[in-house]
Amino acid sequence: MSHLLEVKGLEASYGNINVLHGLDFNLEDGGVTTILGANGAGKTTTLRAISGMVSRKGDIRLMDKQLVTLGTADITRQGIAHVPEGRGTFVRMSTEDNLKLGAYSRRDKAEITQDIEKVFSYFPILKQRRTQQAGTLSGGEAQMLAVGRALMLRPRLLLLDEPSFGLAPLIVQELFAILKRINVEEGVSMLLVEQNASLALELADHAYLLETGNIVISGTSDSILENESVRRSYLGY
Amino acid sequence: MDLFLQQVLTGLANGAIYACLALAVVMIYQAIDHFNFAQGEMAMFSTYICWSMIAAGVPYWLAFFLTIGISFLGGVAIERIIFKPIHKAPILSHIVVFIGLLAIFNSLAGAIWDHTIKTFPSPFPGGSFHGLIGMHEVGMFFVTLILLLAIFCFFRFTRIGMAMQAAAANPESARLVGIRVGWMLALGWGLAAGIGAVAGMMIAPIVFLDPNMMLGILLYGFAAAVVGGISSPAGAVAGGFLVGIIENLAGTYIPSIGSELKLTVALILIVTVLLFKPNGLFGKTIVTRV
Repeated sequence: MSHLLEVKGLEASYGNINVLHGLDFNLEDGGVTTILGANGAGKTTTLRAISGMVSRKGDIRLMDKQLVTLGTADITRQGIAHVPEGRGTFVRMSTEDNLKLGAYSRRDKAEITQDIEKVFSYFPILKQRRTQQAGTLSGGEAQMLAVGRALMLRPRLLLLDEPSFGLAPLIVQELFAILKRINVEEGVSMLLVEQNASLALELADHAYLLETGNIVISGTSDSILENESVRRSYLGY
Repeated sequence: MDLFLQQVLTGLANGAIYACLALAVVMIYQAIDHFNFAQGEMAMFSTYICWSMIAAGVPYWLAFFLTIGISFLGGVAIERIIFKPIHKAPILSHIVVFIGLLAIFNSLAGAIWDHTIKTFPSPFPGGSFHGLIGMHEVGMFFVTLILLLAIFCFFRFTRIGMAMQAAAANPESARLVGIRVGWMLALGWGLAAGIGAVAGMMIAPIVFLDPNMMLGILLYGFAAAVVGGISSPAGAVAGGFLVGIIENLAGTYIPSIGSELKLTVALILIVTVLLFKPNGLFGKTIVTRV
């Protein structure tokens, strides 16, 4: 199977503090991969390193295209959409303007309008909130808007940083069901970072376990689910 | 009643000056989230460039638009050369650089064009409108409104205008949708410099051209922008007219104020508005759920 993203020897640092110590991992084209780990293991930093939001070294290739030398805006334009921690919507703008900005790097106006409708079909509540300031949306709606805005890029790879954070369990269920549909129907590959390991393993087909900046276990979701120590530490049974 | 109308119209004329400059202030604020203290001096410098061209025989309107273009490029250059390297420096460093720029432009203008006061031509016919308000002031009023409309359309309807707002509000998210934030800042500087140039060229026929022409006016421009709401170009223009009218009426009807304490009126206005409406009269209240 072909790899969509190949990461080799990835190191990342904040100032003098090294957070990632040489990660190697691959993402399958069309798959959902999750990175599990405790607080401070470097999960968010891994996503931020791929998007060029922290200083990093090593090799990150998207279909053989080297990303380490590019800035964030240019990495985005390669087709990597990042839904950041805390959602990062433009709070003073309307829902619709947020979606339009998601398609900023595209020029195909007619198809952008179609894609807005498509996002509304995945998240009907956003259509009702169309003209509302993004800052006034509820947590769940804001997270849906963040995912919707990322989809407007027509990404090949979607990076999701804690999409369940701060949401009610029912909303989380709904959101993850829609993410699954997007993966299947749109063929968008995903890299998911989650605190909630059982939820993440339900959606993902592959998983990596990160401990203090190193990958300690990797494999298919099923094999990870059967791993005794993972179950005890991260799933609690 | 005649006196009242007269004073309101004169206030409106002064207000047009403040409104024009306030627009430039708001423009840069939208782009970089700071007040640019050098805004007035940049506008003054642009006006001198236009003056030189006209003195060399270039027709007025050609010189007018060339000056806007040159100022735009100058604004972009200032961002790229001076502000890009200190991008991550604390806000205080930026303020020091703003003040430094103010001093540099002021003395540079003095060195190049000397300190004698020069007249600056008006593109509008002379005379006055029914003896109440000068034709130049009427023209300036409409130039300000056209400028406002153009800015409104730019921010509301163009892709670049939206991207500029996004880059100012949330640079990290802006990069994540593919916006090149650094260039948006440069563009904001360019546009602000261009609008400032228009303000300078409109103001100069009234206050005459000299290196210190903007010192007092910039204060009023800031007052107008703050009173109207720093996040709203339309508010800034309304604020400009409001400051102009109130200042004039207070000077006329409250004997102890006269023309000497007019500036105080403007400053009292700022404080009063901010006490009751911290976002300005027309500023957006930012609603955020927690």
